[in-house]
Amino acid sequence: MELEFGPEYDEFRAEVRNFCNTLGKKTQHGSIRLGEYRPTQEMVEWQATLIEHGYAARTIPKEYGGFGAKPDIVKSLIISEEFVRSGTRGGIQNQGISMLVPTLLEVGTEEQKKKYIRATIYGDIVWCQGYSEPGSGSDLASLKTKGVVDGDNFVVNGQKVWTSSAQFSDMCFILVRTEPDAAKHHGISYLLMDMEDPGIEIRPLVTMTGEAFFNEMFLNDVKIPVDSIVGKRGEGWRIANVTLKYERGMIANPGASASGIRGVADMMHEETLSGVRAIDLPVYRDRLLKLQARSLANKYHGLRLLSNDINKESTGVEGLIVKLSATYLSYDIYSLAVDVMGEFGTLYDGSVYQRKKDWMRQYISSFMGIIGGGTAQIQKNVISERGLGLPREPLVKLDKSGWELLRKK
Amino acid sequence: MRFGLSEDQKMLGDMLNKYLESNLDLEGVRELTGNDVHHSPAIWNALAEQGALGILVPEEFGGSGLGMLHAEVVSETLGRHIVPASYLGHAVLAPLAIQHAGSEQQKEKLLPEIASGEVIYGIALTDVVMNRENTQLSISGGKVTGDSTFLIGGQAAEKLILATAGTLILVEKSAPGVTVETLTTVDKTRDFAVVRLKDAPCEILGKEGGATDAIETVMNAGRINLAADTLGAAQAMFNQAVEYARVREQFDRPIGSFQSIKHILAELITELEPSRSLIWYAAHAFDEVPEEATAMACHAKAHVSEVAKNITRATTEMHGGMGFTDLLGLHFWFKRIEVNRQLLGGPEITRHHAAVAQGWAPEKITAA
Repeated sequence: MELEFGPEYDEFRAEVRNFCNTLGKKTQHGSIRLGEYRPTQEMVEWQATLIEHGYAARTIPKEYGGFGAKPDIVKSLIISEEFVRSGTRGGIQNQGISMLVPTLLEVGTEEQKKKYIRATIYGDIVWCQGYSEPGSGSDLASLKTKGVVDGDNFVVNGQKVWTSSAQFSDMCFILVRTEPDAAKHHGISYLLMDMEDPGIEIRPLVTMTGEAFFNEMFLNDVKIPVDSIVGKRGEGWRIANVTLKYERGMIANPGASASGIRGVADMMHEETLSGVRAIDLPVYRDRLLKLQARSLANKYHGLRLLSNDINKESTGVEGLIVKLSATYLSYDIYSLAVDVMGEFGTLYDGSVYQRKKDWMRQYISSFMGIIGGGTAQIQKNVISERGLGLPREPLVKLDKSGWELLRKK
Repeated sequence: MRFGLSEDQKMLGDMLNKYLESNLDLEGVRELTGNDVHHSPAIWNALAEQGALGILVPEEFGGSGLGMLHAEVVSETLGRHIVPASYLGHAVLAPLAIQHAGSEQQKEKLLPEIASGEVIYGIALTDVVMNRENTQLSISGGKVTGDSTFLIGGQAAEKLILATAGTLILVEKSAPGVTVETLTTVDKTRDFAVVRLKDAPCEILGKEGGATDAIETVMNAGRINLAADTLGAAQAMFNQAVEYARVREQFDRPIGSFQSIKHILAELITELEPSRSLIWYAAHAFDEVPEEATAMACHAKAHVSEVAKNITRATTEMHGGMGFTDLLGLHFWFKRIEVNRQLLGGPEITRHHAAVAQGWAPEKITAA
């Protein structure tokens, strides 16, 4: 067990710390939430400063506007640790930066890279993701939005859902069925759609938190130039999987629960029930301790996976469990917070007596992690099939009479 | 940076694992435990030869002076193979008790015989964690009177270390006034006893009342190694269930293809792998991060106990009726995990100690 990263990294940490202490802008409370609004001018300027110092777009090649550093997972970790520790504001986070840019770098044409990467990482172009459809969630490859070539354009018709940021995005990376006669996974293309097209209609999708982070997107004879395709026709599924890999990395941060635990523990030291602090009531305290253990286990598990990565050791099933474990833990932590608050935990929308920290909203929001980027149930299939080598459920397609027979039983 | 086992630690585990694979199968365990033998000289000698008994004894006293992660590897492997051996009492708890509470002369005299395995040690700590029978030890003029429960490894032990509030004493089993009576538990792979003392000659390790910190250190080592033993046993049960799910067919298909089965296995491994990481860190903290040692050891033990309980339940269910039979033998692991869970404090009590260690709870457990 050797938990030091070495002198090279100590120096790098000192450098990052110095930046945070001298030039760093402080995080504004609740300032940047995925999908709320376009980056402000101030955020765009801050992003440029971060890129210049290598604290955003760090590994994007210089020719496309990035900092051009070699990928180094430890340095990325140090940056994130130091920014969190000092409360320094991070860069712009959106799906264009985290998902489209890595995809273009891997499979885009030179022209696409030149046209989009710089503008995206500097916050000038905002993207949304057009994947899920009402009838295609977990079984994404069954998507039906279709694109038919007419002259120089694909003419696209269909409906997308869960498109966060769509109401203010400039562009959309979208999956469209362009080869209706090909097999399910081979008939999809990955297109880059201009959101200015008059055939696009955006309707906000209000979630159970009462907010509309997401949208429904209706596509009616939308024209996408045939050269606005990433990869070849019919390769969209493979390319989407390149992107999904980056999305999973974005959602699963195994150390993230530590701040949740700290928050609930602090609250339990302040909140009193008939004069007794919540932390002094063993019924609540034991639940907190149980969750703290899970949080610590996830934290050290994250270090173990990082270590595997650094030392080029293979990671098996232990790498596949991170999202499931972290998202359920987050749910359980906020669940405890609401229970400790009791009736006052149900107060909402800035009600009188509501505390500054909105536990109910956090509790409800934790479903975004459990469901988004592959539901818990899909994760369990992945863990058991890929990680444990258990056989797949047989894929049997029943015709109409088959289903009727089953229903009669 | 490396978070995990070193090459050296992995090799120790592999070596021991290979030895046990070829020398102690389930039938071997049945035979030993069926005859009420909880100490096999053959296995004991093998542990001594591989240096496992002296891991925590400093080199100057004949051991190898290695760290808690080495001990963790051994405990995990013994748990995986449900080995009848009092490794925990003899090679983990006793040497640390002597090391941290004993005088220089005591260390010089006692530690070498632990490292070589020549003299076998047992140890009783339960009465200082959670005293159920109002037992106590009265020590006066080199004599001790009273009872001490849950001696770990009473059958083979020749020397017994007993804990009472703030003090550790050493008693020879063959001395006059010492009676050791077996406590039969549901787990037949290890043995426990109550020690009854009447004016028995005893030696205090160090000074009377001077062992409070030593007892905490010994308890933490016990928590970590019980957690490791449980981890190994739980992994063994899990592996058996995965294998069974692959080969057992019902409704013309392997039952592992049903999501009702595979999702449970996915949930179990999602809990088990991070608990391995936590136990590794607790062992590291024991040696290197003293201010975190107690909280981490407590969390590791309580957490893996909960995770393993889910595994004992689900893997037993998953084997259907066979899971409930003696024939399959899954119950050996089930029972070992259950005894580990309660030993040196169940999960609630152990979590309470984790809370105390962080200043989140008062030390004394009092009636409301």
